[in-house]
Amino acid sequence: MSTLAERADARAPRRPVFRLGGMSDRAIAWLFIMPSVLLLLAINIFPLLWTIQLSFTNYRANRPNAPLRYVGLDNYRDILTDPDVWHAMQATAHFVLWSIVLEMLIGFGLALLINRRFRGHSFWTTMILLPMMLSPAVVGNFWTFLLQPQIGLFNSAVAFVTGTDPSSFQMIGDVALAPWAIIMVDVWMWTPYVMLICLAGLRSIPDYIYEAAEVDRASPWRQFCSITLPMVMPFLMLAILFRAIENFKMFDMVNLLTSGGPGSTTELASITLKREAFEKWRTGYSSALAIILFVSVFGAANIYVRALDRVKQR
Amino acid sequence: MSIVTHSVAEPSSLSKTIGGIIVATYAIIAILPLLWIFLTSFKTPTDSISYPPKIISEPSVEGYVNLFTTRTRQTPEFLASLPPPQTWYERLVRSRNMVIAGPSKVVPRFINSMVIGFGSTFLAVCLGTIAAYAFSRFRVPLADDLLFFILSTRMMPPIAVAIPIYLMFRNLGLTDTKIGMILLYTAVNVSLAVWLLKGFIDEIPREYEEAAMVDGYSRLQAFFKVVLPQATTGIAATAIFCLIFAWNEYAFAVLLTSGDAQTMPPFIPFIIGEGGQDWPAVAAATTLFFLPILLFTILLRRHLLRGITFGAVRK
Repeated sequence: MSTLAERADARAPRRPVFRLGGMSDRAIAWLFIMPSVLLLLAINIFPLLWTIQLSFTNYRANRPNAPLRYVGLDNYRDILTDPDVWHAMQATAHFVLWSIVLEMLIGFGLALLINRRFRGHSFWTTMILLPMMLSPAVVGNFWTFLLQPQIGLFNSAVAFVTGTDPSSFQMIGDVALAPWAIIMVDVWMWTPYVMLICLAGLRSIPDYIYEAAEVDRASPWRQFCSITLPMVMPFLMLAILFRAIENFKMFDMVNLLTSGGPGSTTELASITLKREAFEKWRTGYSSALAIILFVSVFGAANIYVRALDRVKQR
Repeated sequence: MSIVTHSVAEPSSLSKTIGGIIVATYAIIAILPLLWIFLTSFKTPTDSISYPPKIISEPSVEGYVNLFTTRTRQTPEFLASLPPPQTWYERLVRSRNMVIAGPSKVVPRFINSMVIGFGSTFLAVCLGTIAAYAFSRFRVPLADDLLFFILSTRMMPPIAVAIPIYLMFRNLGLTDTKIGMILLYTAVNVSLAVWLLKGFIDEIPREYEEAAMVDGYSRLQAFFKVVLPQATTGIAATAIFCLIFAWNEYAFAVLLTSGDAQTMPPFIPFIIGEGGQDWPAVAAATTLFFLPILLFTILLRRHLLRGITFGAVRK
């Protein structure tokens, strides 16, 4: 415990203390920020610029010594007129849309129930959260086991509940079911994520608003529509944004679960990209596709963030 | 920071019970696949692919033995000519008419996962902490743009970045090296680290360091002796998030590594037995691979929300 006099003493020499240590704050700021920025420039931005350059060439990474030719916008034209790419975009849109719709409905529903704070809610919440912490690739891999028609747990469970024959359907071998198989596994994995964000939204609503509504004799449905929903909306939109970006980029889980099959039913944009870049080695073409994908995510995210801001301001 | 316990005049105990039952049912159904994998890891290969699936089966550690060894099938005559098995696992393998040829690659892959995970986490957290401090405390020109730039690097599809990184690593001789993977994961994680840590450091009152500086500390001393100790929890939580990312990452790992630097996620799907995937061994690897994550999830419970939303939502 120092006495007041001692403290006054320590303060006495009014030196420009904020500039001690030989460095100004500004120098420290740059010194502290630069390493991160440089690393990102080297490992994210430089590759991005390189991708842009490659996208105008006919370069093939498996033939590094072949003459490099600039082909202008040919790669972009080829991509935009390629039915396979459009097919992949449609598959991606189907996957992103339905996974988000289902995750929102189930996640928000669970959050509403958990918010009733029954006994043991925190234990069950932790249990529910587990799937989203796991490696998507490893998850995709073990779901191929669970979804096998005869020996798999899923088919047997469905057969047990509905009374059908477990080998009468194949989740990942059937053209009609495979797109739903990847949606199902994604929903299994990421519903907790949406739930957690919704729960934070619900907990941010102060009590007194509901109390006032109660005084005004607003029905529970009315309270839900005019208090809960609008106040949770920014959180829901944030969850949609994060899930949409992640699922648009989806590669690992689907690559191991169906690897795009059967045929090309579940071939999402990232999987097409990987095939073009690392199996067919059309580096120039796939660079152009990468740029198109990146611009789409980035543009969509920007528009969305603006909309999010508007909702928040309301 | 405090959680408002709100309720419309407290939900009735019936509605609580119904809510509890539905949530618990969902949780149990959601956990079943994980339990199934755990059970499968203790089945024999035959039991694991029986039809209909067996819930109860004779427990066996064959999956774990198969995971850690490579084996070759031998004729009964050859097996009879061998000296009796020395260890319990040799006996187990012999009972399947096989002999152990050597250890499998799982241990080196696990070590790779650890080295790359901890290495990249350490670097990302170091870089992230100082950058976050600067963004939090100093007037940095274009701070918002820089922060957005840092975040936007996370929006690129990994495969899109992987093409030039593959070429770059090939030119620099970094393909399939741990250093290369550490640098790459550091770059991916640093954006998360900056955003999360900025949130944590923002919450430490400036008065603490200002008081220290008035007492004669330099800015750097104040940072190391006042801010860092205060930010320990935040740094630990951030580190765990970075570690989980590096631990789980697959896209870069599968494209840029094949042997020396291969981590667990690209390795696990290729644990092959006779005729396809050796499911008990895959399940054993999956179980061992998930255990640290289980621990981390429980440790992180309070900061989970922040981590998964890049600090956008704080509870």
